[in-house]
Amino acid sequence: MDAAVSAIAGTIREAAAAKRPLRLRGGGTKDFYGGEPSGEVLDTRPCAGIVNYEPSELVITARCGTPLAELESVLAGKGQMLAFEPPHFGAGATLGGCVAAGLSGPRRAAAGALRDFVLGARIVDGRGRLLAFGGQVMKNVAGYDISRLLAGSLGTLGLIVDVSLKVLPRPQAELTLAFEMPEQRAIETMNRWAGMPLPVSATAWNDGTLSVRLSGAQSALRAAAANLGGERVDPAQAERFWSGIREQTDSYFAADAPLWRLSLPPATPPLSLPAVPLIEWNGALRWLKTGVDPAAVRAAAAQADGHATLFRGRDKSAGAFAPLAPVLARLHRELKAAFDPSGILNRGRLYAEI
Amino acid sequence: MGEALSLKQVDAERQRAVVAALRAFLPERAVLWQEEDTRPYECDGLTAYRHVPMVVALPETEEQVGRLLKTCHAMGVPVVPRGAGTGLSGGALPLGDGVLLSMAKFMRVVRLDPVARIAVVQPGVRNAAISDVVATFGLYYAPDPSSQIACSIGGNVAENSGGVHCLKYGLTVHNVLKVRGFTVEGEPVTFGSEAPDAPGYDLLALVIGSEGLLAVTTEITVKLLPKPQTARVIMASFDNVEKAGHAVAEVIAAGILPAGLEMMDKPATRAVEEFVHAGYDLEAAAILLCESDGTPEEVEEEIERTKALLGRAGATRMSVSRDEAERLRFWSGRKAAFPAMGRISPDYYCMDGTIPRKRLGEVLGFIAGMEKKYGLRCPNVFHAGDGNLHPLILFDANNPDELRRTEQFAAEVLEKCVEVGGTITGEHGVGVEKIDQMCVQFGRDELEVFHAVKRAFDPKGLLNPGKAVPTLARCAEHGRMRVRGGKLPHPELPRF
Repeated sequence: MDAAVSAIAGTIREAAAAKRPLRLRGGGTKDFYGGEPSGEVLDTRPCAGIVNYEPSELVITARCGTPLAELESVLAGKGQMLAFEPPHFGAGATLGGCVAAGLSGPRRAAAGALRDFVLGARIVDGRGRLLAFGGQVMKNVAGYDISRLLAGSLGTLGLIVDVSLKVLPRPQAELTLAFEMPEQRAIETMNRWAGMPLPVSATAWNDGTLSVRLSGAQSALRAAAANLGGERVDPAQAERFWSGIREQTDSYFAADAPLWRLSLPPATPPLSLPAVPLIEWNGALRWLKTGVDPAAVRAAAAQADGHATLFRGRDKSAGAFAPLAPVLARLHRELKAAFDPSGILNRGRLYAEI
Repeated sequence: MGEALSLKQVDAERQRAVVAALRAFLPERAVLWQEEDTRPYECDGLTAYRHVPMVVALPETEEQVGRLLKTCHAMGVPVVPRGAGTGLSGGALPLGDGVLLSMAKFMRVVRLDPVARIAVVQPGVRNAAISDVVATFGLYYAPDPSSQIACSIGGNVAENSGGVHCLKYGLTVHNVLKVRGFTVEGEPVTFGSEAPDAPGYDLLALVIGSEGLLAVTTEITVKLLPKPQTARVIMASFDNVEKAGHAVAEVIAAGILPAGLEMMDKPATRAVEEFVHAGYDLEAAAILLCESDGTPEEVEEEIERTKALLGRAGATRMSVSRDEAERLRFWSGRKAAFPAMGRISPDYYCMDGTIPRKRLGEVLGFIAGMEKKYGLRCPNVFHAGDGNLHPLILFDANNPDELRRTEQFAAEVLEKCVEVGGTITGEHGVGVEKIDQMCVQFGRDELEVFHAVKRAFDPKGLLNPGKAVPTLARCAEHGRMRVRGGKLPHPELPRF
């Protein structure tokens, strides 16, 4: 164990002994996400750096405090990328925070979610023990898949010291097409195209326009574009557009109302809520800017067999995340106790009781 | 901490009590207890380990599964779930004081939704059957373990099964959206969702690959993908295995993600060529099969780029499949590698380690050394894209010394895989087979966490106890055992 890791383990051990809550924090770019952070800040940024990167093995291992921007630029230098296009939400985003938040960007519906790319991780658990799960290889079924469980656990199970991610080659070319169409037809169209062998790598519907990004070999893009029609978007403008969706700098996100994230079966028809969504992932992800009663938003999502997260909003008294069924809530409590018996790590960030 | 594998003999009185309790809600045909009926369930695909279960139950409805679990839990009876029984690590090895819960009656495709691109199926549905029923929509289910004509999707979920297209299309965990089932107490539970994610911890990822230790699955929602318009495969020969390994690295570093990427060494090639007559180059030290799929334009472009890279990397011969029949013929040998071994040896033992690809030459050299050390042949087939090795040790199970040497050979190879930064199992699972090697891959603290996770789901340790995660006591014993050497470990285990 080197100095940075020992310091983390020491801090956690002491806090556990004193039952003193800790707030694990990298760049703080996702402080808004989840329940109200509380406790003494444990800054993960001193534990930084790329541990190992082998482009021909398609794997990168890096420490939690590594700036996400630095990691992505190293990958780009070798013609590779994090295929789940994680949002940064600010210049200081770190890899640890990215994995702990578990959020994915526009390419998710085509390439997979963040958790799909997690191969292994080392963590310091709530007892201050350094533990290693998974590894650096694509196929590994030895032991329970703890490293994937960490994705989206918001630091409540342990501090991610380093993580190994599968990376993918960047596509040779990209091309964005725009189509004017109403919400219902856009949802139908996205799902129809997702069922066809097309090189679609992202979709978004906003304000009457469906944007479709194609990625792959030049020849495949030419053939698909000829097949789909629509209007070609200028490449620089397209780049800005997808970045605006990924980083929520698009004007849709500027309004003052709370922002809801609805995760739904993709073919769900338009919801009957008094707000117009921004839709991604072939209809499976719908952003809503609305001050409507949280219970109504949650009920609409649940009725469609999905769930709603209060993504950004001042009043989180209704909880940021949809409540769990009793049996799942019990499993969450038991798992929390297994990893963090003193309940000191990011308490309340995911659910009040864990 | 944790449960040890219990292989007690059947206690007749206990058996009567359990049969009576199950008959309260299961029909006569669904409860087997006479040895002539239970004997066929004594092993799964790992036939070296056999044990006759106390009772075999074949429920037909979800409600019956729930009641069975409730009943067994109340009586303190261990339950071992079983799918098609094709598993290669003994994950479905029955217990003499337990109920073997066969999901064989859960054969229904519940719902197909071609628009949302999902299929809802029961766990007994065969892997290949899913792709068959959705083919009419131009869709398919991607993971394709080589046992796909026989293995069930429930077993795939338990083992997180892979196949030959994992590099591009992922494992079971990447292609299953939702699992419905029961906790060990018989409480209904759902992990995941038809939406892209579910709130809270990703318990779906935890349950997939948990080898039946955390929950019993009764319904599975899988993701379907559009079938690629076309696929073509390059068959390339190399005069040296390490060169073939470097060629793979060159292809991937150039930004190409082949749909399938498989390698066979010369002994494996010779064995399969005799069996399937695929036209393999018998003089090559290694044969590489590299498949591209997608639109015709895309495939054409990728095949040309790949051929150029393989040529520069030293391929001595290359041919590209001209039509679908030829593509399937090129693949036929690789897909038939296991049965082909059955023709040249009475028995074979399949290993499943994964290594970082760049260590291939070193590991194959190590295996060659082990062939000499133990006096056993070992052809190699290799999922070259993802580093998953399947060395096949040829032996005769009727010769107890050969079996002993085979197991030691395998153990040394798996430990080598861990040493080079890989894993003891890429897709077949730990089960009972690789439980001692778990002590090499994980430390005491990690194993303690695994046991704590198990307790979170199953506090009494009644669901498939003794599999997948070794007790700390067993690991302590294993450490000593390796020093002692020579003697077959764990005489309490039945061996054939």
